[in-house]
Formats: sequence, C-alpha cells, structure tokens
Amino acid sequence: MIRLENVTKIFGATTAVDNVSMEVPAGSVCVLLGPSGCGKTTTLKTINRLIAPSSGRISIDGKDTAAVDEVTLRRSIGYVIQQTGLFPNKTVEENITIVPDMLGWDRQRSRRRAAELLEMVNLDPGVFLKRYPKELSGGQAQRVGVARALAADPPVLLMDEPFGAIDPINREVIQDEFMKLQARLKKTVVFVSHDIDEAVKMADQIAIFRDGRLIQYAAPDDLLAHPANSFVADFVGSDRTLKRLRLIRVADVMDANPGYVRAEDRLEAAAAKMEEAGHSSIVMVGPQGRARGFVTLEIARSRKGTVGEHYEKLPTVVSPADDLRTAVSTMFARDVSWLACVDEDGFFKGYVTQRGITHALGATYRDG
Amino acid sequence: MAASDRSVSPFATFRRVAQLVAVFAFGAYLQASGMLPAMLLYSEDVLFLIRQHIFLVAVSGALAILVAVPLGILLTRPRFRHFTNVATQFVNLGTTIPTLAILALSMSFLGIGAPPAIFGLFVVTLLPILLNTIAGLTSVPAPLIEAARGMGMTERQMLFQVELPNAAFVILAGIRTGLAINVGTAPLAFLIGGGSLGELIFTGIALNDLPMMLAGAIPTALLAILVDFAIGQGQYWAVPKGVNPLR
Ligand SMILES: Nc1ncnc2c1ncn2[C@@H]1O[C@H](COP(=O)(O)OP(=O)(O)OP(=O)(O)O)[C@@H](O)[C@H]1O
Ligand SMILES: [Mg+2]
Repeated sequence: MIRLENVTKIFGATTAVDNVSMEVPAGSVCVLLGPSGCGKTTTLKTINRLIAPSSGRISIDGKDTAAVDEVTLRRSIGYVIQQTGLFPNKTVEENITIVPDMLGWDRQRSRRRAAELLEMVNLDPGVFLKRYPKELSGGQAQRVGVARALAADPPVLLMDEPFGAIDPINREVIQDEFMKLQARLKKTVVFVSHDIDEAVKMADQIAIFRDGRLIQYAAPDDLLAHPANSFVADFVGSDRTLKRLRLIRVADVMDANPGYVRAEDRLEAAAAKMEEAGHSSIVMVGPQGRARGFVTLEIARSRKGTVGEHYEKLPTVVSPADDLRTAVSTMFARDVSWLACVDEDGFFKGYVTQRGITHALGATYRDG
Repeated sequence: MAASDRSVSPFATFRRVAQLVAVFAFGAYLQASGMLPAMLLYSEDVLFLIRQHIFLVAVSGALAILVAVPLGILLTRPRFRHFTNVATQFVNLGTTIPTLAILALSMSFLGIGAPPAIFGLFVVTLLPILLNTIAGLTSVPAPLIEAARGMGMTERQMLFQVELPNAAFVILAGIRTGLAINVGTAPLAFLIGGGSLGELIFTGIALNDLPMMLAGAIPTALLAILVDFAIGQGQYWAVPKGVNPLR
C-alpha cells in the first residue's frame, strides 16, 4: 500500500503538487490523470524520491520512504517512463538484468529471469535477448521497459505515460497485455496518463489532478457516474456515460434466469411462455442447455407444430464476460433489441436487452 | 563543439587505398631519382629523432588524456554543473590560440628543452579532448539519466554504466583530433629546443637539402597516419555496439 499524506512540492514560484493525500491499496492500479502541467509526474516522482517533497509524508506498506536509503528504495520500485530510458549501450538482456545485478543476484538466475520476462511481455527471448534498443520498434522497446521494471519482482511499479508514444492500435494491444500481466502479478501500480480512455480501462482508482491539487479520487465507474465538479465532468468528456459501457460486464446486467424452450416443445407452449414473460421471442436450447436458435411470438402464434420445426438461427450472441460496449455495438450493428448470452462452451446463460442496459446505467444516477 | 565523426563510407575506403597507392608511387619515385640513398645517409639521425619525437608525443598525449577525460567528467558532475558552460567557453577560446604561440608561451616560462615542448603539446592536445568529453557527457539523453537514477543506480554506476559508454564515441573522437594536432605540432618542438623530427625538417628547409627534409617529413607523416589509424580502430572496437555509429 502506498500512502501520500499532505504532500506538497514547490519549485520556485510554482506549486507543482499542492497538499495531496491519497492511498493506493496493495495490488491495485491507480491512474493519475489530468491536463498537462497539473503535477502528475511530480507526484509520481516523489514516491521513488527522484523528487524530494517540500513537505508531507509518503509511506509504502507503512514504512516512511524518507527513512530508507534512496538507492535501496528505488531498487525496490519498478520504474517505467515514456521515453523507455533503455540504455542503448546495453543489449535487451543487459538492460533487464540491471537491477538484479545491482542486487547481487546470481548471473544464471538473472539471465533466466530476463528470458522469462520477455516471454511474459510477448517477445521471443531467442530473437530479442541479444538485440540492442536501436533494433527495437517503439512498442517492443516499451515492452522491454516494462520487463526491465519487473526484473527484480518489485511490489510497487511506477509508470509515467508508459504507452504514450505508441500508436493507438498497438497501445490497445500493449494495454491489454499489461492488464493480463497485472491480473497475475498483482503489483501496486501508480500510472500517469492524460488519456481518460486509458485511465478508465486500466484503473482501479483514478486520481484527477488540476493545478497540483487532487480534485477527485474514485473508482472509474464512480468517477464517470458522479464527477465531483464541472472540471472533472468536462475532463472525462460529455460521452462519459458511453465510456461506462466499457466498465460493466454483460454478466452484470443480463437476465440470468431466462425462459427457454426445447425443440420438442409445442409452439402453443412457447407462445404461452413468451406472453407470460412479456417477450416477443424465446431461445431454444439443445438437450445439454446449449443455445440452438429462437422463435418469435408471431411465428409461435401463426404456425402449428413443434419449436424444432420452426426455429431460426441466432443472428449473433455475446459472452457474459464481454463488456457492455461490445454488447451495445453488436445490437446496433445487427439492429436487434436483445442478445442471447452464451459462454465459451456454447451454453445459454441469459440475455441482455437494450432496456436492461439503459436501466443499469441509470441506476447509479438514481442511487446517487 | 564536438570534433566531427569520421564515419566509414565507401569513399573513405577508396581514400585509404588511394593513399597507399600514392605512398607506394612516391617511394618508387624516390628510389628512381636517387633520393632514397641520399635520405638513408640520415638513417641514424632519423632513428634517434623518431624516438625523441615519439617520446614527446606519447608523454604529452598520455598526460593530456589522463587529465582531460577526468577533468571533463568532473566538470559535468552535478556539483560543478553551473561551471560547465563557462569552462567550455574558456576551452573554446583556448583552441583559437595558434599552436606555435602556445609553444612560444610555454617556452617563455619553462625555458628551452623537452619540458616546455611536452607542456605545450600537452595543452594543445588537452583542449579538444576536454571539449569532447564535456560535449559527450552533457549530450547523454536526459531520460537515460532519469531511468538510471530511478532504477537505483549510484552516481558511480551511472557514470560507468550509462554516461561514459554513451559518450565514448565522442570522447574518442576528441582524442583522435587531439592526437592528430599533437603529432602535427610535435615537429615545432625543435624550435624551442625540444628535438623531434622537426630538426631534420627545419634544417633541411634552411639548407635547402631536400633529402634531409624528407627524411624528417616522411616519418612524421607516417606516424600521423599510424596514430590516426590506431585510434580509429579503438573507436571501432572499444565503443559499445549499440551506440557505435561505425558498427
Ligand atoms: N524541475 C522543475 N523545476 C521547475 N518547475 C517544474 C519542475 N518540474 C516540474 N515543474 C513544474 O511543475 C508543474 C507540474 O509539472 P509535472 O511535470 O508534474 O506535470 P505533468 O502533470 O506531469 O504534465 P504532463 O502531462 O505535461 O507531463 C508544471 O507547471 C511544471 O512546469
Ligand atoms: Mg508528466
């Protein structure tokens, strides 16, 4: 856990960080967000004491960082910067093993670690270990930067716009990779960004800064649903409700006790089920519960026979693990008002409707 | 102001070959014209003076490197950062003083003989090396320094693992320039009683004795080429691959 208490940093006439207090729980990702010059980098650097705060206290796991020798402190904190800071005179392997070497690790062990870390950031060790930084693309260099920061397995990771210089497509990829890694490693991460979408995607908590002051500190969904003031509302953007779609899983809003019919059921029975639930269609499942298709109320009323003789294929489905953005965009693309939710194995889990999604998004506003 | 890199291009290779051909043709001409036997009359003097010449170059050059590089490092440490610019300007000023004037000045307070010659050569060699050491170290990109510090390197580790390797090419270019000036200036040592191959060159000129002059000039030229070649090789092999524009 990282705790900042009344941290202030004054450079001459500028107050870069103004009485900031916040707490980053162990294992979570905190994104420092705000316009240029608002003090994000300065705040970050006070944590590994690259910048000494003018006043205030910073502790990691309850230990005051000012009481630890700064070199020792920094070796226990991973640090990633936008310009990567890879040393051009060293190979990828040498870059990654810098901190382990300084900590006196056995050579064999630190080399094995370098190869393992490259695998972790999706680079082939056989290809990249012996390369020099100038032989890497921007995205590859940034991955090596992350690997280097993780080398000695530090509990805390500080990242200053690590993916800022990468093109949008690769940035998404590398963000996803990092999130997967983080889900496994559970580091305590402080991450500087000025991109609200990146923040919403990565953060467990977002800290919004303005002119050195911490304006709001909240979970992404909370921040989007309840911006503390007009500055935050403007900063997160007028489409903040749409941004929330990314944060909510289909599983959170789907009807998990759906009615369904089987192939051998009579159409009259299907129509009765739909009328009872007030739906205009119903999913047909196979013997094990896999989604096979659906029938509409119209067909069930106008034809005779079993469901199996009259069902249609499902035009598309979503997974309960998908986010609502995917669900909504699928609905718009297919011009449908509901989607069947089907897990990886094909089992029918429930359905989402447009009305259900609107309701879920609105709920937080009503709660607040 | 860093001395320009001499990168290896096809033209440079061509120049090397052309040089060798020219040297060979020149040798053939000397032999044919009976100049070579005349020059060989001075072989004993040449051997003695070459040793003296190399001694002057080696001592003054080594001293210059040993002083300039550490001084450059010192001047770029955080403690002395605000002097860095002043020092650079001062050194730049120094390089505008003609080398002959420097020799004359050093004679005026060290008398005649080898010591003022070595001191004068030391000064003219020192300046470009110092200049390039400062330029090389201050141009190491700031993110590298920040990353190094952020990872928990000590000042010493930063110097040896990050700053010096990344400045090495420019520092060596300074040494190359410095020693080229040194070797070229060394014959002037004769003028202040420091000996060297200049003795044959200047006496040859004064007596209008072409073989004598060439007996001094040719070894001087060969020495210059040799030194330049040696440092070129050093630059090629000693600078880490990732930051070596030649590799
Ligand atoms: N070393 C310094 N000396 C003087 N002022 C500084 C120094 N470092 C930062 N500042 C000032 O402090 C303020 C905050 O800077 P900081 O680098 O923390 O901003 P930031 O939020 O990271 O901005 P960006 O998004 O542009 O990186 C700015 O006004 C900046 O000019
Ligand atoms: Mg910044």
